[in-house]
Amino acid sequence: MQLKGKKVIALGERDGVQGTAIANCARSAGAEVVLEVTHCFV
Amino acid sequence: MVILGTPNAESSKLYAMTVTEGDPTWAGPLAGEALGLPVFHVTESEVKGQVEDAVYEAEIGVAEMVLDVDAIGEAVNEIRSNNNGS
Repeated sequence: MQLKGKKVIALGERDGVQGTAIANCARSAGAEVVLEVTHCFV
Repeated sequence: MVILGTPNAESSKLYAMTVTEGDPTWAGPLAGEALGLPVFHVTESEVKGQVEDAVYEAEIGVAEMVLDVDAIGEAVNEIRSNNNGS
């Protein structure tokens, strides 16, 4: 699996890893983040 | 491709199934919609290995310490394997 050049949907969760953090990691690996959300089920 | 930040194995499995086979609870708009997207959790080695160490440590480091990374990885990998085989 290669992240570079891929389009990524970052589905974060408040009690786990936030969407912004996932998106920053994906961008760091050369991926394009097309959607970034952080869900909260409280 | 979908990257998850879910906090436990159960929620990871639910999210992973929703973006591959369709919503298993049949509660939302993705019920019966098999998108077949490749799905990974952000703590899995396939993702972690491609992120710059400093960025990963700053963004995920603390969360990784408290999450059951092995169980989460196993759950997502199971769904991914099922999806690849179909």
